[in-house]
Amino acid sequence: MNRVVESRLRRRHRRERTFRGLCVASVLVAALFLLVILGSLFRQGASAFTQTRISLPVPAMLPAGDLPDSGAMDYDAAVLDALAALLAIDPDRAERRELRQLVSIDAAFVLRDYVESSPGRVVSDASVRVPASAKVDMAIKGEFDRTAASDRRPLSDLQIDWIDRLVELGAIERTFNTALFTNGDSREPELAGIRAALMGSVLMLLITLAVAFPIGVAAAVYLEEFAPRRAWIRLLELSINNLAAVPSIVFGLLGLVVLIDWLGMPRSAPLVGGLVLALLTLPVIVISSRSAIRAVPTSIREASLGLGASRMQVVSHHVLPQAMPAIVTGTIIGLSRAFGETAPLLMIGMVAFIVDVPSGVTDPATALPVQIYLWADSPERAFAERTSAAILVLLGFLLSMNLLAAAIRRKVEK
Amino acid sequence: MRTPSKANDVAADAGGGPEFPVGDPSAPDPCIQIRDLNAWYGDIHALCDVGFEIGHGEVLALIGPSGCGKTTLLRCLNRLNDAVEDARVTGEVTLDGQNIYSGSVDPVALRARVGMVFQKPNPFPKSIYDNVAYGARIHGLASDRAELDEIVHTSLERVGLLKEVRARLDEPGTDLSGGQQQRLCIARTIAVDPEVILMDEPCSALDPIATAKIEDLIDELSAEYVIVIVTHSMQQAARVSNRVAYMNQGQLVEVGETDRIFTNPLHKLTEDYITGRIG
Ligand SMILES: Nc1ncnc2c1ncn2[C@@H]1O[C@H](COP(=O)(O)OP(=O)(O)OP(=O)(O)O)[C@@H](O)[C@H]1O
Ligand SMILES: [Mg+2]
Repeated sequence: MNRVVESRLRRRHRRERTFRGLCVASVLVAALFLLVILGSLFRQGASAFTQTRISLPVPAMLPAGDLPDSGAMDYDAAVLDALAALLAIDPDRAERRELRQLVSIDAAFVLRDYVESSPGRVVSDASVRVPASAKVDMAIKGEFDRTAASDRRPLSDLQIDWIDRLVELGAIERTFNTALFTNGDSREPELAGIRAALMGSVLMLLITLAVAFPIGVAAAVYLEEFAPRRAWIRLLELSINNLAAVPSIVFGLLGLVVLIDWLGMPRSAPLVGGLVLALLTLPVIVISSRSAIRAVPTSIREASLGLGASRMQVVSHHVLPQAMPAIVTGTIIGLSRAFGETAPLLMIGMVAFIVDVPSGVTDPATALPVQIYLWADSPERAFAERTSAAILVLLGFLLSMNLLAAAIRRKVEK
Repeated sequence: MRTPSKANDVAADAGGGPEFPVGDPSAPDPCIQIRDLNAWYGDIHALCDVGFEIGHGEVLALIGPSGCGKTTLLRCLNRLNDAVEDARVTGEVTLDGQNIYSGSVDPVALRARVGMVFQKPNPFPKSIYDNVAYGARIHGLASDRAELDEIVHTSLERVGLLKEVRARLDEPGTDLSGGQQQRLCIARTIAVDPEVILMDEPCSALDPIATAKIEDLIDELSAEYVIVIVTHSMQQAARVSNRVAYMNQGQLVEVGETDRIFTNPLHKLTEDYITGRIG
């Protein structure tokens, strides 16, 4: 081989190796970032998926024999009596107050539910597992320093002593934290859950999908297949492309002014949130659908036209089916972005403290990212782990959306 | 690629339309009559004052060097250039006496009467069956599944493809070989049962055996259909056509009986081309 060519070849190979190395390094850095983020989220959030419970013996709480009318019972007192009996203490008023801090305010309701659902008589060895308070939960999960000075930790010496006794007695259990998924927001961390927020997000996403997908695809079809090349069409295309880059909070302002102030739609409602997110997603769907439609070869259109198909048939029989996988991908990307949006929702009042799970699109609701923002803002230690857990749920939701997209794509491609 | 100025120059050199085409542009029983046909793509003047007739029962071979406007002429006959953004067509094309460029003609209906086989095979990314059935379906040619099956089978049979694909009618048409795809496209076109079939180099991707089959098919089809076929093979033109039209740089140079063109070309350009001195 020619000498010049040979030496150049060696240099080219060397360059190629360097280039490959740089690419691999970039991938590794990206993977490292991802690992760090996920790792810290898991470290902080994993504990939120379990909840500490105290199992209380039923006979200590309730009189033997026939249960009294459930309306007449003082369940709060019954829970404290049972705790005292379990710890074998006879608390005075101040001690009772401290004792009360060990269990969640929900404990009384759990007991009431048990009584109301049990068939009238108490089984002698039954026990009821009531949720512990967030402070106890944190102590059990080892989230704070027991050796700190007593005024710098949330539990007193006496309370810590009691907790240790309960652990010895085997009355403390850690169970799966169903409340996180079945409850709405709450002032009490141990009762706070993401159900309301998740429901709000899902309702909004459905509205976004229902509004943005058909409009976006139809607009893309018109612009690609039918629109004449006129100046105003160019202008329209340009503004749609620009819209994709507009900061999302601007869409929130638009929603506030147009939807809420002018059209009188309710504040904090998934309807308004969904419409705002639809506006936000629309340019993404239009742009990705247009490039998907453009990628369908002209020869297919001409084959179909040549057989006597009308332009609408060309679009619906050939162009759209072939472009659909890419359109679906673009739509899911747009929806994922919408799912994670917070700023525009703050503008339309979806930042409110919502306890109830919304049952319709006009009920007040919040969204998962907003819930994360709210919890991240709370001073309680127990909300910190719930923040991370909620982020993990959000990521899981996004992941499943993407998997769904992949599945749809594969199905449509066939 | 020809620049617009050059295309215009040639037109100017030749002194405009009147003396073109030489030969015999009229047909005794005309099906398609083309008058003063001009086509542009933006500034490119792709067809220049083309005028001639294509008779019933005729196979016309369109020959000429690459880029001379053969495909463009075909696309003017089924108004496919309507769909090209910057294409412009002037002049008149009549199909059985009716101007297809008049406002009252629906290009969709026209294309069902004037079928086209493209230069590059372009099967739909659907099953072989659906490819052939597509035209019949959109025009409602079959009233039930059995009739549709019949149309699909005879169409595939006529292009000699049925034997090869009988067992795989449900597989995508795009999985076939290039030559099979081209025959599939022909089958797809004849399944609509048009009056005129435009074929743009239908055999360019085919082996000699498949080519022979297509030529036999053209012979057979010529009994029912008017066929306009673009080809780069003089032998093929001589074998399948009754008349030949020779084009050069957007102009129709010469039209005439196939035998006459190949034995006694009137124009110098035609002679140069068929004897292989240009093109
Ligand atoms: N869609 C188009 N846009 C712009 N110019 C075009 C287009 N199609 C064809 N042309 C031009 O028009 C002229 C004629 O092209 P045409 O395709 O009709 O040639 P052809 O005779 O079919 O050539 P070939 O034998 O190579 O297929 C060429 O100069 C070509 O560059
Ligand atoms: Mg061509």
